[in-house]
Formats: sequence, structure tokens, C-alpha cells
Amino acid sequence: MARTAAHSPALVHQFETKEQQHDAGSLGMWVFLATEIMFFGGVFMAYIVYRALHLEAFIQGSHFLDVTFGATNTAVLICSSLTMALAINAAQTGKSKSTIITFLVLTMLLGAAFLFIKFTFEWTHDWTEGLVPGLHFTYNGPHAPGVQLFFCFYFFMTGLHALHMFIGLGILATLTVMAYRGRFNAEYYAPLEVSGLYWHFVDIVWIFLFPLLYLIGGRYGGGH
Amino acid sequence: MIGAGIAEVFVDAGARLLTSAFAPIPLRPPAASTIAEGVDRLHFALTGITLFFTVIIFSTIFFFMIKYRRQSEDEIPPEIEKNVPLEILWTGIPTLICVVIFFWSASLYIRNARPPDASTEIFVVGKQWMWHLQHPEGVREINELHVPLGVPIKLTMTSEDVIHDFYIPAFRVKKDVLPGRYTSLWFQATKTGTYHVFCGQYCGADHAQMIGWVYVMEPSDYAAWLSGGASHESMAQAGERLFTQLGCATCHAADNTGRGPSLIGLYGKPEKLRSGETRIVDEGLIRQAIVFPNSVILPNYPPVMPTFQGQINEEQVLQLIAYVKSLGTQERTGK
Amino acid sequence: MSTAVADIHEVPAGSRVNYLNASYGIKSWLFTTDHKRIALLYLASITFMFFVGGTAAVLMRIHLIEPSGALVQPETYNKLFSIHGIVMVFFFLVPSIPATLGNFLVPLMIGARDLAFPKLNLLSWYVYMVGAIFTLYAVISGGVDTGWTFYAPFSSLYSQTHVIAAALGVFITGFSSILTGLNFIVTIHKMRAPGMTWFRLPLFIWAMYATSVIFILGTPVIAITIFLLGLERLLHVGIFDPAVGGDPILFQHLFWFYSHPAVYIMILPAMGVISEVVTCFSKKRIFGYSIVAFSSMAIAVISFLVWGHHMFVTGQSVYAGLIFSVLSFLVAIPSAIKVFNWTSTLYKGSISYEAPMLYALGFIGLFTMGGLTGLFLASLATDVHLNGTYFIVAHFHYIMVGGAVMGYLGGIHFWWPKITGRLYPDAWARFAALVVFVGFNLTFFPQFMLGYLGMPRRYAVYPEEFQVLNVMSSAGASILGIGYLIPLIYLIWSMRYGPVAGPNPWGARGLEWEVPSPPPTENFEDIPVVTEEAYNYTGARQTLG
Repeated sequence: MARTAAHSPALVHQFETKEQQHDAGSLGMWVFLATEIMFFGGVFMAYIVYRALHLEAFIQGSHFLDVTFGATNTAVLICSSLTMALAINAAQTGKSKSTIITFLVLTMLLGAAFLFIKFTFEWTHDWTEGLVPGLHFTYNGPHAPGVQLFFCFYFFMTGLHALHMFIGLGILATLTVMAYRGRFNAEYYAPLEVSGLYWHFVDIVWIFLFPLLYLIGGRYGGGH
Repeated sequence: MIGAGIAEVFVDAGARLLTSAFAPIPLRPPAASTIAEGVDRLHFALTGITLFFTVIIFSTIFFFMIKYRRQSEDEIPPEIEKNVPLEILWTGIPTLICVVIFFWSASLYIRNARPPDASTEIFVVGKQWMWHLQHPEGVREINELHVPLGVPIKLTMTSEDVIHDFYIPAFRVKKDVLPGRYTSLWFQATKTGTYHVFCGQYCGADHAQMIGWVYVMEPSDYAAWLSGGASHESMAQAGERLFTQLGCATCHAADNTGRGPSLIGLYGKPEKLRSGETRIVDEGLIRQAIVFPNSVILPNYPPVMPTFQGQINEEQVLQLIAYVKSLGTQERTGK
Repeated sequence: MSTAVADIHEVPAGSRVNYLNASYGIKSWLFTTDHKRIALLYLASITFMFFVGGTAAVLMRIHLIEPSGALVQPETYNKLFSIHGIVMVFFFLVPSIPATLGNFLVPLMIGARDLAFPKLNLLSWYVYMVGAIFTLYAVISGGVDTGWTFYAPFSSLYSQTHVIAAALGVFITGFSSILTGLNFIVTIHKMRAPGMTWFRLPLFIWAMYATSVIFILGTPVIAITIFLLGLERLLHVGIFDPAVGGDPILFQHLFWFYSHPAVYIMILPAMGVISEVVTCFSKKRIFGYSIVAFSSMAIAVISFLVWGHHMFVTGQSVYAGLIFSVLSFLVAIPSAIKVFNWTSTLYKGSISYEAPMLYALGFIGLFTMGGLTGLFLASLATDVHLNGTYFIVAHFHYIMVGGAVMGYLGGIHFWWPKITGRLYPDAWARFAALVVFVGFNLTFFPQFMLGYLGMPRRYAVYPEEFQVLNVMSSAGASILGIGYLIPLIYLIWSMRYGPVAGPNPWGARGLEWEVPSPPPTENFEDIPVVTEEAYNYTGARQTLG
């Protein structure tokens, strides 16, 4: 098809202008995040109902979680959001591609640290303590059924969150490769921006998860 | 409401006319309870409204189709895009109808929601794929329910397994029967006879065969039926027997010397639990205490009651509850 | 290439490059990103699933001729109604109009070259296919018997059938809906042609937009619900098991939070089709354009607030019942207004009766009936008696079949010449529409009566006194089945032997009618500039072409 306007190679055929493409990408990510809010929201609702029905059991269950690890992970994720924002900022302000890559790699490292702490320290510990419903659950102290329900939700919610982290790491790796190939500059950084939105969202989900799961019934001094 | 009253009269007449015209196919099941006629009147009013608007729309469309059929390819229809008075009318009238129907229906529903205080209680346990019913006097039935005429009956129901539903079309009553919980419905029969009972919530392979009959009898016939046959221990007596057999009496001694509280006079009273909340001691709470004891411990008592989940079935739980209820009229001693 | 009006038989199909013949071979279809080809991929899959679900229905109605069951064992009957529901709801009705007509028309109607994310569009079809394969696997390997509602604890702890496979199929296909909805919302917001303001959009686009809002906000919740159900079934962790502190009613709340808005996913697009067809075949602007547009959005919003009316007899509190009842009455009002608006559009119009119009007019009447029977169910006192009976079955089939399917067929017929470049034989189409209308009413009207008499739904056997009405219903079903087979035959026939269609055989208004039939891959040579309101039938006459 003959075209009157010259398009930069980054402009795909269905859009008429780069602005339109950028706007569509951003709106698309916001709409996707709306679906994610409803997705996590569904589990949160179920959690809230059961917490109301089994408060003592949930307090008991929550005390099995290590607040130190949870708080550390929270800090790790917040820092990773900072490095992500810095990566976007680096592209926006025309910094060198190595700056962008540095921040992206830092974000990935922090994300990986989060997952490492979660799986190696927290989940492994829960397994050896016999707190994994359906697979290895040996707790039969007070409120055992409710505690099992609590851990169902703990593993489901943090597992779903971790899955989103893994996907985020994959996206970050792709962005790093794209940055390495010099694809980003002050005019074109939409993929960074849109992925940043996703990463911040995953961070915010954790900000909700941490108090809801780790801090039920109040804590003093952290840990058991 | 006068409007609703007039509507009901018209609807009554129309319904009777229609029923006689379509004699071979009945339009409604037998109306055998105090609420049935009221529900039918509302139903036929709604039927009238539905038919009225359906006929209006269909005939208007039909009329326009013929009157405004295309005569020539060049004709240009006028631009008519709004008519505010008409639009207000056709928004207002349906809204008004909805408001009237809502209030009419809600008032019927609220009236039917709470059983009269003097209701006779009968207990229902649904399980795949049959109904077990127990009268307090001890008579048990399977898939059959004998009730006296003219007396309010409250059914307290639970399920042993999946969700079922107890549905008596002739009485216009229905309620889901849930595992782990008690639900209830009530009715007062107005006509002797035999009426269908259906399971109204799909529950697996033989859902369609989880059906039975309600037999409404004259009070004297009912009394005779109740006392006829082999002598039965009442539910409360069966519950007392279980109370001893299962060792409940050891902890819940009547003189409060055991590790648990005496249950005398406990039923029906509000009690503050260890968790801080206050709850009325009803069937649901007692069941919870038997199955999940440590969720409803009283203050000043240790959470050491073992669960009886899996050791007794739902019918036995109901018998224990009947026993506890029977203790409710005696004086409370001790703490 | 010229978009000038052409004589109806002038150019033989295939001699001009369009999206159908632009490239050949299976790979050009399976790896296409053209929204029009993807629409056809969906059309094929959805038609197939419709006949799978329809076969189950035929078997059910044959079985129900006899009170003791004429055809199958109860266990098999239970699987038939479950498969019928699952396939028809999730694999036919939910995607039907959006994935076929929506995908094809949204860019054309707003003056865009494609959707915002064409690759996501293709992905959505593959996701649908994977979900369909899981569900078909469940069907072939022994079936599922939980009903399309998957109520716990039966589905989580007691059913001995392939619940996880079927539920997984539904879970996966849900993501197809989410991707489609996301694509539509971004496209409609960001890719309208110059001059195409929100209030110049065809009402079909408003309907797609409202539907997409529900896709986006509702579907994730059913995904989570099914996920929790699957976890419980797999690991026996008791999320909905009262014996370990779970609550089966929570399942119902979560399930219906999506599944009620889902029924508006199924009807809003059909309403959009009706607005397009009624205006074209009365040659008139729609009566009350902005009201119809707003009512679509109002329905989408209020639909999220009424789910509890499916649970009036579960033992929920009287207050919850009252609130959900009020809101359920409220959601009826915008639908009623639309019916009056469509009917008023006919007033002093210039009406012709081609098949799309017959389907549209049938829709208006049957949707009115189906919608009004909804009032019986929003009304608490009557719902107690009617819930779980054939009254419910009749109510939703009036809306879904008398409404949504007729809207779908009307839309398929209306845009068939645009999609395929061919005309179908209108005499056969009108005949089929009539057969469908008669067969439909005979099938489902007796079910209203059965419901009030007390016959519960999902019964493989039933008391003798219900037989007459059941036989009537089954007779109607056989007629309805024939009514659906006829279009299958002549539409396929027309793709090869039908007369070639010009750009605008109906003389309709709208950007899609200003491009050739079938359209070129890029839709428009130059992006149009819009200067007039929608449905400008009373302006300059659009000559037939």
C-alpha cells in the first residue's frame, strides 16, 4: 500500500502516528493492570472472608511467618521499583545505554533476591515445619483447620505474586537485550515505561500482601 | 396499597378464567399453604404485566412493519430522534411497576422469612440421594414428611455431603440445604393431601430421584400416626443417650464440677466467647461446638474439648442439640 | 483501487485483491494478524462449538420425552447438561459476537486499519483454541457432571468426572476474553478516525465497549474462582469444604460475581447488532442515540451489583436479599428503554424485511418476554418458588437464544456480504428465521409453565404429570435444530456460489459499507475523515451498491 507519510521502523502499521502508538501501549498496560487488580482482588476477597471467619486461626498462622524476611523482601522490592524508575528516567533523559542497562540489571538482581529469599528461606522452612497444605501439613495444634486455610491462602497469594515476579524478570531480561541493541532513546522508551508500570504494580501487590499475611494480630520485635 | 389490591382482584379473575380454559394443563401446582395464594397472585400479576408488554411490543412492531413498509426506494423517512414526554413516560412507568412489584414481593418475602414462635420443629438431613427426617418425638422418616394441617411447621435442615435443596412446590417454599450449617424454612399447610417434595439443587447422579412426599393430615390423624407403630425415644432422649455414650457428661457435668461448663439453661441465651464476641447459643453454635470446639470456647475455660467430627453423623448432632435444648428450661448453677 | 459504487454483478470475486485472497496457504491464516482473518478463524471455531453444545441439547430433549428418560442413564444425562452449559456459555455465547463480528467490524467501523494489538488478537484465538481443546478432552474422555456452575463441594470433593480438565479449559479461554476486551478498549479509545467523536460512533461500538468493560473487570474473578476450585480438587485443601472451615457459599459469591455480568457480555453485543440492523432496514436514525449508548454503559456497571439474585434461597440474610432484589429491578430499566427506542425507530420508517431485519424484530419481541420474566426472578417471593426450576431455564434461554443467538444470526446475515463478498439466498434466510422463531417458542414457552408447576431443572427423570409439556418442548427443539442447520448450509454454499456483493448491498450507513466487499487487508486506502452523525439515513440517499 502506498503511504504518504514516512514511518520510522518503530511505528507499526495499524497506527498513524508514534504518539498514537505510545498512547495505545500505555492505555493497554493500564487496562491490563485493571484486570490484574480484579484477579488479585478475587483472592483478596476470599482471604478477607476467611480471615473474618477464622481470626484466631489466622493470627496463629501468621505468627509462623518470619517478619524479618517479609520486611526485608518488602524493602528489596521497593528498591527494585526505584531502580526501574531510574532506568526509565535514564532513557527519557537520553543517558547512555550502559546506564539504562545497569539499572535494568539492578532491578533484575533485586527481583531475583526477592525470589531467592522467598523460596530458599521462607518456603523451604515452611516445608520442613510441615506447613504446606495438601502436600506436607503436619500442624495439629489449636485451630488446625483454620491454620491450614491460612496457609492455603499464604502459598496461593505469594505463589501467584511470585509467578508475576518471574514473568517480570523475563520482561526485564528482554528489555535489557533491547537496551543492549540500542533500541531506547529519548524519543522511544515506551516498552520501558509500560514494563515499569507492570513492575510497580507487582510491587504494590506485595505491599498489600505483606501486612495482610505477616502482620495479623500485631507483632513486637519481629520473628516468632 | 390500594393499587396492588385492585390489581390482585383483576389478576384473580383472569387467572381463574385462564385456568378453566386450559383445563388439561394446569397453570399452577396445588395451593396448599398459607402463603401459596399470595405468591400465586403476585406471579399472575407479573404474568399479566409480561403478556401486556409483550403484546404491546409485538403488535406495535407488527403494525409498524405493515404500515411503514417500504413503498419506494426513494422515500425519505422523517428525522425523529427524541420525544421527551414519551421517553419520560416509558422510563417512569416501568420504574413505577418495578417499585410496586418490589415492595409487594418484599413484604410477602419478609412475612414468610420468619417462622412463628409456636412452630413445630422437624429436622431434615439431606444426603446423596435421600432425605432423612426426624420428628422431635422421635419418629423418623425417609423421603416422606407427615405434618398436621393448620399448624406452623419449621424445618431445620443440614446436609451430610453436598448442597441440596428442599422444595415443596405446593407450599411455594424452598431453601438450600448446606453442609456444615443449618438453614430453615417454615410453612403452614391449609389442605390435606399428598404433595411433591423435590431436591432443588443439583447434587450428583441421582439428584432427580431425591424426591418424596409431604402428607398433610388432620391433626387427630397426625397425632395417631405419630404415636402409632413401635415406641420411639424422642430426639432429646436419643441425644441424652449419646451424651453419655460419647463421654460428654464427663466434662459437661450438670453440677459444673467437670472441665467444661454445665449445659443446663444454656440454650437460647447470649454468651460471650473467649474470642470476645457474643453469640446466641442456637443450633448452629452447638453444632460448631461439637465439630470445631475450640472456635467457641467460653471464657475461663481451657480450649481442650476434642472434636467429634467424623464420629457422629448430622442426625446424631441434631439429637444432641435437642437434648441440650431440653436442658434449657432448668435452672443454671455455678459459674 | 476504487471504492466507487459498482454494479452488483460487475466484477467477479477474486479478481480484486482483498483480505481473503491477499495470501494463500494455511500458514497465512494460522499466523495472520489481520483482524478480519482472525474473525473468520473464530467464526469457524465458534460454529463448531455451537454444534457440539447443540448436539448435547438435542440428546437431552430426546431423553426428556419419557418421564423415566428415553435415551441415557442419569449419570450421562448429568454430563450432557453440564457439557451443554459449559460449551454454550463459555465457548459460544461469551465470544460469539465480540470475537467474530466485533473483531471484524471494530476497526472498520471506527476508521482504523486494525485493532491496537493485532498479535494479541491472534494470541487470543490460540488461547481460545487451547481452552476448547482441554474442554473437548474432558468431554471425550468421559465428560464432566458438575453443571456449568461447578458448585462446591460437589465439584471440589464429590464429582468423579473430569472436573479439572473442563475447568482448566474454561480458565484458559477466559484469558482469550480478557485479551479481546483489552484490545477493543484501547482501539476504541485511541484509534478512531479524525472526526469520529464518541457520540458519532455506531451503537455497535458502544456495545462492544460496554462488553469489553465487563470482560476486563469480570473475567479475572472467574479465573481465580476456578483456580481455587482446581487447587481444592487437586490437593484436597478444603478451601470450600465446611469440614475444615471452608465455605461453599463463598464459591457461589465468587462464581456469580463474574457469571452474572457474563450474561450481559452475552446480550450487549446482540443489542448493538440490533441497533445497526433496525436503523438500516428502516432507513432511519436510531431514536434516542445517546440514551441507547448510555444505557449500554449503565447495564455494564449495574450488572456487577446484582449477583446475589442467584442466591436468594441459599440462606443469605433477608437484608442481602432485599438489596440484590432492588438492584436487579434497576438493571431491567435500561434494557426496557432500549426496547422502546428500537421500536420507535421503526415509526414512520421505510421498512424492508430482509432476513437480518426479521432476526432483529424477533429479537426485540423475544428479549422483551425474556427480560420481563426476569422480573419474576428479581422479585423475592416468586423467586423462592421458581429458583432451580424450568422457569429459570426458560428465562435465560429466551434471552440467550431468543435474544443473543438471534442477534448473532442477524448480524452474521447483515455483514455476510461485507465479510465474504457474496450474497446468500434471502428467501431461504427468511424461511430459516421463521423456522427458528417458531421452533424456539415451542421449545421454551412450555418450560415457563413447567417451572411454575414445580419441575426442577437438571432432572434426568421426572414425574409423569410433566410429560405433556416436556414433549411439546422436545418437539420445538427438533424444529429449532432444523432452523439452525439451514443457515449453515446456505451460508457455506454462498461462499462459493452466491452472487457477488458490492460494497453496500443494503444501502446502509457506516464506514464499513464504504469499503469494498470483501475489504482489502489494510481496510482503507486513506483513513476517512468523519463529518456526520451515525445512521445518517435521512441525509443524502446512499445508493444501493
